[in-house]
Amino acid sequence: MNFPILSSLILLPTIGALFILFTKSSSGKYQSSKYVALFISLANFLLSLYLWYVFDKNSVEFQFVENREWLSGFINYKVGIDGISILFVILTTFITPICIISVNATINNRLKDFLIAILIMETLMIGVFCSLDLVVFYLFFEAGLIPMFLIIGIWGGERRVYSAFKFFLYTLLGSVLMLVAIISIYWITGTTDVEKLYELGIKVEYQNLLWLAFFSSFAVKTPMWPVHTWLPDAHVEAPTVGSVLLAAILLKMAGYGFIRFSIGLFPIASENFTMLVYILSLIAIIYTSLVALMQEDMKKLIAYSSVAHMGFVTLGIFTMTQQGIEGSIFQMISHGLVSAALFLSVGVVYERYHTRLINKYGGLVSIMPRYAIVFMVFTLGALGLPGTTGFIGEFLILMGAFEKNILVAMIASLGVILGAAYMLWLFKRVVFGEMNNQELKSMKDLKTFEIITLSALVIPILFFGFYPEPLMNSIEASVENTLNMYNFDLINNLASKD
Amino acid sequence: MENFQYILPEIFISVSIMLFLLVGVFKKNSATLIYNLSNISLIILLALIINLSSLDTIYLFNESYLIDNLSNYMKIILVGSGIFVMLTGSKYIQVINLNKIEYPILILSSILGMMIMISSNDLIVFYMGLELQSLALYVLASFNRDNLLSTESGLKYFVLSALSSGLLLYGCSLTYGFSESTNFDQILLNSTKFNYGTTFGIVFILVGLAFKISAVPFHMWAPDVYQGSPTSVTLFFAILPKIAALSVFIKFLYTPFANMNDQWQTIIVFISIASMIFGAVAAIGQKNLKRLIAYSSISHMGYALAGLATVSNQGIQSSISYISIYLVMNLAFFSCLFMLKRNDKYYENIEDLSGLSKKHPILSFSLLIVLFSLAGIPPLAGFFAKFYVFLAVIEQSMYFLAIVGLVATVVAAFYYLRIIKIIYFDPEKEEYETSHNVGLKITLAISTIFILAYFIYPSGITEIVSKITMI
Repeated sequence: MNFPILSSLILLPTIGALFILFTKSSSGKYQSSKYVALFISLANFLLSLYLWYVFDKNSVEFQFVENREWLSGFINYKVGIDGISILFVILTTFITPICIISVNATINNRLKDFLIAILIMETLMIGVFCSLDLVVFYLFFEAGLIPMFLIIGIWGGERRVYSAFKFFLYTLLGSVLMLVAIISIYWITGTTDVEKLYELGIKVEYQNLLWLAFFSSFAVKTPMWPVHTWLPDAHVEAPTVGSVLLAAILLKMAGYGFIRFSIGLFPIASENFTMLVYILSLIAIIYTSLVALMQEDMKKLIAYSSVAHMGFVTLGIFTMTQQGIEGSIFQMISHGLVSAALFLSVGVVYERYHTRLINKYGGLVSIMPRYAIVFMVFTLGALGLPGTTGFIGEFLILMGAFEKNILVAMIASLGVILGAAYMLWLFKRVVFGEMNNQELKSMKDLKTFEIITLSALVIPILFFGFYPEPLMNSIEASVENTLNMYNFDLINNLASKD
Repeated sequence: MENFQYILPEIFISVSIMLFLLVGVFKKNSATLIYNLSNISLIILLALIINLSSLDTIYLFNESYLIDNLSNYMKIILVGSGIFVMLTGSKYIQVINLNKIEYPILILSSILGMMIMISSNDLIVFYMGLELQSLALYVLASFNRDNLLSTESGLKYFVLSALSSGLLLYGCSLTYGFSESTNFDQILLNSTKFNYGTTFGIVFILVGLAFKISAVPFHMWAPDVYQGSPTSVTLFFAILPKIAALSVFIKFLYTPFANMNDQWQTIIVFISIASMIFGAVAAIGQKNLKRLIAYSSISHMGYALAGLATVSNQGIQSSISYISIYLVMNLAFFSCLFMLKRNDKYYENIEDLSGLSKKHPILSFSLLIVLFSLAGIPPLAGFFAKFYVFLAVIEQSMYFLAIVGLVATVVAAFYYLRIIKIIYFDPEKEEYETSHNVGLKITLAISTIFILAYFIYPSGITEIVSKITMI
């Protein structure tokens, strides 16, 4: 057995959290805890980069697999990564230190608890992307509710209680059906090991119901229309860092789940329900874009734009084409970076002026030029301008969609235009225009730590926008493998019918 | 005479009870002494039972008394939780002036009754044990006799429990009449043919047992009794009678009535579903924590019964695991309740928890863990309890039961979240006292760590429980 690198990756943040829990700061302000948390999360980031370096990108097998007996006789603790999951792991380890740097004056009470919650969250999110056993996956997937509930509820805005409850109960209700499905899979096939399930396959007659049970969980978490309503509430009330975590990583769990489990385990059902996903995705893209146009609250606008972007993701995944799925993965990574950046940007002005209402702002370009520049990069990234990561994702998804269904692709393309409309309008109203509000004049431009966090996000957005090869390289083999398995199952199923 | 070594635990506890009574009568102000002695005798009792647990199945006294893996395991968790109940409550009964010699003696005699129930293999022995534990419980419920609620709860419990005992007895007599024996194994042999008499017998016996376990629709006494009784007695009520009743449930369903599972399965499924839903919905509006935990325990019993409804060893084992984890969660919850003390007054309303997290971070964190665990959120112990049950339920393709049960957990999650919200999100109130006795602190620490760290090694309980096979 080699060094258990994935388990270390999963456990390191928890160890950091325990360390913070059991140390007392002399000053009582816990600034030193912040440095500990930052150190731990950066170490984890470096570890994940090392993982990417030693990762064999041409192999379709799961790598760094660890398999230990856990629940005796039933379930093993099994983790491993392939080209798809490694990107999400790196996204998680990359976003977490940014979150920790951004923890500042807004979290004035209980800083220590907040850092612990973030680090625990990191453990759970990495666990979701690494787990190769359905029960282990469920455990990580659901456990994330606890810290997120507390982050929204303790450090959130005015309606935080309502939002926290809504977030918790919505996602829990979606997930319990998945638990039923997981246990059913155990009794149908005798294992919950994902790799073995890929080999064994699940009988066709069970697939539709199981697919729906998984779908109910992932659809809430994605979120897809019409169960997306928890997201705007959660985003608006969560503290900036909570929104970043939620948008950048938590939403990606479901997209990842669709690729890994829905398509991987239930190919025939996925084929049957393709139209359903198309329709829901299209509604999400068009309807929520229109809703986003009408928002007066910046965070709410970005939240709705997240729903629209995730609509593209689900659409791309279920085109079942190489371009579509690769595009979706790319779009998820891109959205992870861009939405994190947008929420941080909103956080910057909110912290100075304590409102998120768009019409209170205007003309920020003259007093905050640096802010205007980075905010522009993120806006363009969100609307998918060529040269940013957003473009590549959407372009590939639409390419995949055109291959399968021209009508769907055309409607989805409308979403791109609407996306440009609401993002540019937001930018215009906040950054350009007349500065009618005299109070804004006292606002200061970006501080050092804000420059660090925001430019840390600008760099990958532009770099991978111009040169997506490293990311595409990593996912290509795995996506191809997933699709091959998928097509193989479909053909077998057709053959058995004849 | 050689049989006596096998019932040494029962003999030991009976002798202790009588001895303590004598001490109590002849020595003035000996309440604290007897309390401590009772605790020590429980520890010795636990050691004696563990000493016997390596043996195989043994029938005693004309096959009316049975010692097997099931009874040994149940007795161990029974006496084990009895020790912790005594440990946590010691300060409480002093503060509210209940430190009398009768209190520990009643608890011991109730435990003796439960041990007889658990080991009984005969209708008459079973009934004797049941009544011994019930009589002690009636008195315990109204032990705080100056308190109106406590007296009311004692009376209410007595009247309703007597009624259910009557039904149970009637069921026993019907069963005896149609199967010509009071011995469980003999009943099984004689009841191969279907007849209405035995079916009625089953129904009446199940009603009586459902009352003891406070399952819907025989739950009405639970909220009032839980709220009215002194908190230490409520803790006792929440754990020990449930262990004994569940054990008897398993015994009845899978020994004398094993051939008639098509008759009782529907009843158990109904009781289970009704308890899960009712417990979850009715708890939402509660303001008193003890009352809330009563409804919560109703719904937890629903999950434990869901395991029994499966007619499989897997199901029985899952129910036993469930009750084992349930008792730890309750111990932790009540330990937290005992810590809400200010100026010699205990607080038990949900509102009293408001903003607890600011001044008492450790206590709040324990409550947070316990409540999420009661709600069944992974990776805490409560999730695994439910997971085992649903694993067994879905194995038998009882999807309806599984889905209803899981949806009920979402409803239940709401009221647990409400408490967490009050602890963590609401404005703070006055501080509570922070000095507690060591027993209470140890109990809370052990139970919280058990709940929190259960996922690291979840095989522990399942491996022990997997020895218990009934079919």
